[in-house]
Amino acid sequence: MLLVPCPNCGPRNSTDLRYGGESHARPDPNTASPSEWRAYLYLRDNPAGWLRENWYCASGCRRWFSIERNTATNEFRDPPLPGDKRGGAA
Amino acid sequence: MTMSRQGVQPTEVIDRAAKLRFRWNGKRFSGFEGDTIASALAASGEQIFSRSMKYHRPRGILTADYWDPNLMVQVGDDPNVRAGHRLLESGMDVRSQNAWPSLNRDIKAANSLLGRFLTPGFYYKTFMRPRWLWPTYERVLATFAPGGKIDLDTSHAYHDKRYTHPDVVVAGAGPAGIEAALAASSAGASVMLVSHEHSVGGHLRYSSDAADQAALVELRTALDASDVEVLTDSTVTGRYEDNWLGIVQRNHPIAVERLIKARAKTLVAAPGLIERPYVFEGNDRPGVITSGAARRLVNLWGVKPGERAVVFSANAEGDAAVADLERVGTEIAAVIDGRTGGHISSTRGSSRAVDAVVADGASIDADLLVVAAGWTAPTSLLNMAGDRPVYDPAAARFFPSDPPSNVLATGGLAGDADLDGLRQHGAATGRLAAARAAAVRHRLQARTARALPVEGDEPAWAPDERAPLGRDPHPELYRADTHGMVDMSEDISSKDLVAAAHEGYDSVELAKRYTTATMGPSQGKLETVNTVAAIAEARGETISEVGTTVWRPPYAPLTLGALAGRMFEPVRVSSIHPWHEANNVSVIQAGQWLRPDHYGDPAAEVRNVRRNVGLIDVTPLGKLDLRGPDVPKLLSLLYVNKWMRLGIGRVRYGMMCAEDGVVLDDGVTGRLGEDHYMMSTTSSGAGGVWEWVENWLQTERPDWQVHVTPVTTAYASINVAGPKSRELMGRVCEGVDLDAEAFPYMTVRQATVAGVAGCFMWRIGFTGELSFELHVPAGHGLHVWEALMDAGSDLGVAPFGLEGQRIMRLEKGHFIVGQDTDGLTLGPSTGLGSLIKLDKDDFAGKPELAWAADRSLPMVVAIQPDDPGVVPQEAAQIVRGDTNEILGRITSSRYSPTLNRSICLGQVEPDLAAGGTKVTVLLESGERIGATVIDHHAHFDPAGERLRG
Repeated sequence: MLLVPCPNCGPRNSTDLRYGGESHARPDPNTASPSEWRAYLYLRDNPAGWLRENWYCASGCRRWFSIERNTATNEFRDPPLPGDKRGGAA
Repeated sequence: MTMSRQGVQPTEVIDRAAKLRFRWNGKRFSGFEGDTIASALAASGEQIFSRSMKYHRPRGILTADYWDPNLMVQVGDDPNVRAGHRLLESGMDVRSQNAWPSLNRDIKAANSLLGRFLTPGFYYKTFMRPRWLWPTYERVLATFAPGGKIDLDTSHAYHDKRYTHPDVVVAGAGPAGIEAALAASSAGASVMLVSHEHSVGGHLRYSSDAADQAALVELRTALDASDVEVLTDSTVTGRYEDNWLGIVQRNHPIAVERLIKARAKTLVAAPGLIERPYVFEGNDRPGVITSGAARRLVNLWGVKPGERAVVFSANAEGDAAVADLERVGTEIAAVIDGRTGGHISSTRGSSRAVDAVVADGASIDADLLVVAAGWTAPTSLLNMAGDRPVYDPAAARFFPSDPPSNVLATGGLAGDADLDGLRQHGAATGRLAAARAAAVRHRLQARTARALPVEGDEPAWAPDERAPLGRDPHPELYRADTHGMVDMSEDISSKDLVAAAHEGYDSVELAKRYTTATMGPSQGKLETVNTVAAIAEARGETISEVGTTVWRPPYAPLTLGALAGRMFEPVRVSSIHPWHEANNVSVIQAGQWLRPDHYGDPAAEVRNVRRNVGLIDVTPLGKLDLRGPDVPKLLSLLYVNKWMRLGIGRVRYGMMCAEDGVVLDDGVTGRLGEDHYMMSTTSSGAGGVWEWVENWLQTERPDWQVHVTPVTTAYASINVAGPKSRELMGRVCEGVDLDAEAFPYMTVRQATVAGVAGCFMWRIGFTGELSFELHVPAGHGLHVWEALMDAGSDLGVAPFGLEGQRIMRLEKGHFIVGQDTDGLTLGPSTGLGSLIKLDKDDFAGKPELAWAADRSLPMVVAIQPDDPGVVPQEAAQIVRGDTNEILGRITSSRYSPTLNRSICLGQVEPDLAAGGTKVTVLLESGERIGATVIDHHAHFDPAGERLRG
């Protein structure tokens, strides 16, 4: 089982957290085309390599955070960014 | 071959003073404490322990340890017990498996005469057609299924779980593993040493060599004096991400089994080597055993394996077996040396015993053939860590290639050396494991904001400076010049594998699945490399070219009980629950909650609410306390409707949709003060909505000032419903005017109820009656409930449960998210499309809901069967006429005691949604009934006069 480094609680079993999936920005709901919005809803890059993703520390501090993980090796890259979930700063 | 107990051996593990009596297939036997079931039976002269799976061939001892495929027995109600491993206990009722009517006369042995029909894929090919016969095939085949008997009446035994975080886990307690554990412990690491066997020492346990025995004593003494936690009769069954280990402990003093989940900082894999059986004609005849089996029988239990033996030896352990056999008086008819070209071809004899061995072209009379043909490296834990071990033909086994740096191999898995060499390598591995564990520990602590501060920098990742072990040359001995059994658990011969390869199943992974070789209870520990060798031979390639199968968890089979373990599932009840239990409640499980379903007669409960007044405990209703100046903006963002102008003391219904426009939850939210709101959610949505709210606040709108506190269980919640509810509330409330003008529908007030201050009271309800929803500080819930029951006794107050509430909400046509909606139900489909305010700047799901507004969608509608006495099952399909074309389904249905007819909610295609539409409902019985869509959701009181009252 993965150890996920929560910025507040420290490394925790992944079952203590909820996986929030790949980080990506929410399009402007008033101008997004259907294809843009559905890309936001359903399409993921799913790379074999570094991926910025979101985690929710459900059994600990209950904070969302964003962190990079290498999907091929399961390494995490420091530091996790509290609250920054949808991309932005990488 | 007749085995028998001999004189005392210096290395034996039995206590000859402690005699244990047990039964084997109903007959009386005895053994000694320290015997396994198999050693006790062998000492008593038993030769046949089981019948093989497919051909029901008689089978005897092969390896005399945990992995022995021929020693699976039933002990009492416990099937598939490994008699080669399980210690004998007094009074055991041991029975053979796979034999009917008896081990000695097995009718199904006829299978062996039909053997040529049981080719690989036999079942796939034969029982495919005709398909309609499959149920018959299945019944017949089930009687042939191998394995023991499951007793459905067996009581639930206690299984336990433990979580632990050792620095170093050492899997395997041979000399290298023990040295690794000792060295890591000396270096300051917390260490867990896990031994598959009943005692530590690995192969030293059954070595009669004096130096080996001295080393064993020394290692055990050192271990006793150390801080190492030693687990015997325990197996590291799996290695997962970040050294998360599953360990099953079989000898726990209280639990039948205990599953230990260990997060190790470094793992040392030291499982040793497993002796590989050799493939030749007659290699599964009772009387053919491995050299390890011979040495264990002699040295651990003082059992003489046979009278006259041929020993086929290709290594030092085989040679040592010769000496052990001679010591207990077995005559050595011949030693065939596999290193110098000596070879064996077959055994001869009956199906039950060896009479002769054909070796080097000659037939030698013997009742025992001891085989030392080589080793299998059980690289399982390395495979699970992602390593792909590499085959070395010169040493005739696989070696680790490049495991992750927090997994270290030592002992026979890593290479060969004399005892001192193995011990030194083990100790060096332990030191390295401890150093790397210290670095991991430092990192974990430094990363934990609230942990004790760490001193200094993280230690550098210790380089691997261990002197590598050597590799002893060993002849590649997999199959003789004849064919024989490769997998004795599954009855797969080398001929079967060659046939499979010729049929095209010539990759190991395919051949394994097609023939089921390596898939039996030995988990491939004995069979895998012989299987690979057979495929390689059929393909005319080398083992390296063919490659091997990947060993996956578990390392050794474990019981479902061990996996299920102790239940940690909490049960939640409200503070009022004791009253329910004392009053004939029938409970229903809803998520983790136990809730009152009814108190005997839900229809009577409904009638009482409609006529008088009823109480329902709705504590699980989700409640979020929201405070801050930006709460209205949050509500506007999460609900589809508008919230910017909700007055203090007002309550509003809201529907939430996800970003894909699908209905997520609904409930009412009230404004308690200037910057203070209380949101209610569905009971099942309480946890999810809380996360949803936090998600938006933390990630999308972190600048908003809103503080969220979940208060679901801080309050006990009671809905007081019925025409007499106002009168009842008036008797217990202080400080609030209950008059309809002063406290109208959809408002909230604070009040003192039955002397309890700080209660919230909402004029809302799910039943369609005049009702007051009370939220009482949880500790006072029972008191307030009892006060209401007392105060209303002359008003006919009675409790009602979830079932009554479900009937009443269905009478009112209120949908339940997740019951009447599903994962595809968009907001407008609920019939509440007018709530959705697309002119708001932003809210969750807005674009999808905007696009949905132009589409015709399936709709939630109220439906009444034409025959008022027929209640269609929930999920019954709505179909077109006599066809099976599905046009919708019934989502909720009940018999209404108020209307004396059946009533439903359902989802239908858009063109059926208009009131008055006739539809056809297909019942489970196959019968079709007519029903009519009605033009509003409420079957009862559509104008809502009662609840506003």
